[in-house]
Amino acid sequence: MPTYTDMTRCDGCGECVDICPSDIMHIDPVYRRSYNIEPNFCWECYSCVKACPQHAIDVRGYADFAPLGHKVRVRREEAKGIISWKIRFRDGREKAFTFPIRTTPWGSIRPPSDYEAPAASSLSSQLLAHEPDALKVGALPSLPSFHEQAGAMP
Amino acid sequence: MSLFSSRKTRFVEADILVIGGGFSGCGATWESRYWGRDLKIVVVEKANIERSGAVAQGLSAINCYMGMQWNENQPDDFVRYARGDLMGLVREDLVFDIARHVDATVHTFEEWGLPILKDPKNGHYMREGKWQVMIHGESYKPIIAEAARKAASTVYNRIMVTHLLMDKARPNRVAGAVGFDMRNGTFYVFRAKAVIVSAGGASHIYRPRAAGEGMGRTWYAPWSSGSAYGLLIPTGARMTQMENKIVLARFKDGYGPVGAWFLLLKSYATNAYGEKYEAAWLEQTRSIVGKYADAEPVPTCLRNHAMLEEIKAGRGPIYMQTQASLDTSEKEQTGWEDFLDMTVSQAVVWASQNIDPRNTPSELITSEPYVMGSHATCSGAWVSGPEDVAPADYQWGYNRMTTVEGLFGAGDTVGGSAHKFSSGSFTEGKLAGKSAVRYVMEQQGDAPQVDETQIRVLEELIFRPLENYRVGRNEIVAGTVAPSYISPLQGLQRLGKLMDEYAGGVSTFYVTSEPMLNRGLELLAMLKEDLGHIGAENLHQLQRAWELHHRVLTAEAVIRHTLFRQETRWPGYYYRADHPQLDDAAWHVFTSSQYDAKTDAWQMSKLPVHHIVPG
Repeated sequence: MPTYTDMTRCDGCGECVDICPSDIMHIDPVYRRSYNIEPNFCWECYSCVKACPQHAIDVRGYADFAPLGHKVRVRREEAKGIISWKIRFRDGREKAFTFPIRTTPWGSIRPPSDYEAPAASSLSSQLLAHEPDALKVGALPSLPSFHEQAGAMP
Repeated sequence: MSLFSSRKTRFVEADILVIGGGFSGCGATWESRYWGRDLKIVVVEKANIERSGAVAQGLSAINCYMGMQWNENQPDDFVRYARGDLMGLVREDLVFDIARHVDATVHTFEEWGLPILKDPKNGHYMREGKWQVMIHGESYKPIIAEAARKAASTVYNRIMVTHLLMDKARPNRVAGAVGFDMRNGTFYVFRAKAVIVSAGGASHIYRPRAAGEGMGRTWYAPWSSGSAYGLLIPTGARMTQMENKIVLARFKDGYGPVGAWFLLLKSYATNAYGEKYEAAWLEQTRSIVGKYADAEPVPTCLRNHAMLEEIKAGRGPIYMQTQASLDTSEKEQTGWEDFLDMTVSQAVVWASQNIDPRNTPSELITSEPYVMGSHATCSGAWVSGPEDVAPADYQWGYNRMTTVEGLFGAGDTVGGSAHKFSSGSFTEGKLAGKSAVRYVMEQQGDAPQVDETQIRVLEELIFRPLENYRVGRNEIVAGTVAPSYISPLQGLQRLGKLMDEYAGGVSTFYVTSEPMLNRGLELLAMLKEDLGHIGAENLHQLQRAWELHHRVLTAEAVIRHTLFRQETRWPGYYYRADHPQLDDAAWHVFTSSQYDAKTDAWQMSKLPVHHIVPG
């Protein structure tokens, strides 16, 4: 059922409901905990698994092709800028991996309005924000000979 | 009291309305704010931009980066590559435009905090392949979303946009959009001077290979509902290359990516007997597509073609020989991260089937077809190109403006510009954003007027599935079978079945023909009538109902374009059995359609392909 929620861990906070790209994590009106209302529209993207503060959501691979007994668990730590995975095979073997997720503090991106306002005249140029500097080459490439070429083409 | 009578309507005014907060929408938002400091820039998204769009889960590579600073590639090299991959047919002005700006986009991403792997030898970005760089991209989307939130005046999450609004007086001028709040059912009316559609392409218009619980594990996200096309087509915007659907060769069932395995880890694919098979099909492929078979690298569709022929010859399963390349723990990490960053499901499949890639090869398969504008395919709207490089008949005003006044596109919305991927889609969003600001500035005082009657007609239409269900369910005791309505899922399954069987899905090995397509159109016409009888139990199902509408419009465009192009241009994506060869004399052109919503008629035509990059 791709994602499912552990009855004893979920406290009904709704973080999974807020993040699910497919809108399939909903709060059960009786138990006041989340569940996957539409497993066949689940991409197993793990957005809800990563977002759950209680680590209450897990994945059981699609019944069509994933035999039982596996686990792919994750812990995403924003403050540390890392994500850690633990994989358990059906036959019990295990693997663990940790990867970086970001090199700067969360929230540190400067808004575009923090940059000096561009001259009104440059609105009609081909340059985009932060160019040409951000290109790290002298100038924006063009096809200067195109119009002459086109004249010569049938 | 019915839901209808208690509903609230909320009006939102914007200078620029961005529909869809994926990569191209985030790029559009950033750039609109950079150039339009005092403008009201509104983003509307059906999910939550923190994790929405095709990159919601993350990515393990950036597939479009020139590396001009190290003289690795130039934009014209990229045009030649995209042109070769798409069998000669791309809008070279649009592809060039993205390629010349995309490096700046990637450098900005790195500055924002995206971890890009470096080659220890020279400090350059670590290349996966000629155009791809490796990233630790699990948080790719949250990083880009942070930038977009800081640029937007307001981001409206969980609003499903169903229709674009047109100006009261000028039928070819966009005026805004309507939709509903999926949490409380509020009806939203957005009025805007310029609209940028940066919505998604389409999964699930073809029945997926996994038809049970796993139907959501399409390669392309199940929330990619073709809204890029479903919103545009009813406005009469000109569409192009809608027949150019894409099929992906990927790890079986999980649809895990193969790029890092082929390009970086130097793994290879074989048939069941351990034989490399691609070269053996070259002569046969030449008999279909002629000189295009010899393009370097081998076009994506032709690699699919060789795999399909090998499977048809009974020499499947096809395997990626992963064990042959994973000789260090570093490479093993790279292989697993490739999945864990962007397709966790493949790791789940391996764990569940006891497949350790260090010891065991892993099956490959071709996916069901999808409709997109951003990958190795270029379906979408016909847009105006960049002033300095676009031929005269490719420009009529503002860069990335569709044939509808004030309506811009980016990402999957824009046709003809293949191989954008994440960085190119963001870049195209930036191009559309700057252009939309310029449009708004230059059209001062030209605030479009929405038609109150049109709005009320749409409101009734949008919420009708709730009424259909409320009334119709009284006829039955319980369950999903009702005589007067079908559920959105039932409608989706009918669409998937007919597209699969008649329009070149997996069940016919992607083969179709004029009689098959015509039969598909007959059945699609009845499905279109039945869309008026969709029953939605709640607001979530109402979202599914409107996603289905967008998919059905996309599917009709796909069938009509496939019917129009009387050749087999991209074997491995689909085959016209009645026109089994590539025909450059008649079809070295773009296909074009314009839909007239009043008469329900499609006007098909050919548009010229201009080669502006030599070689």
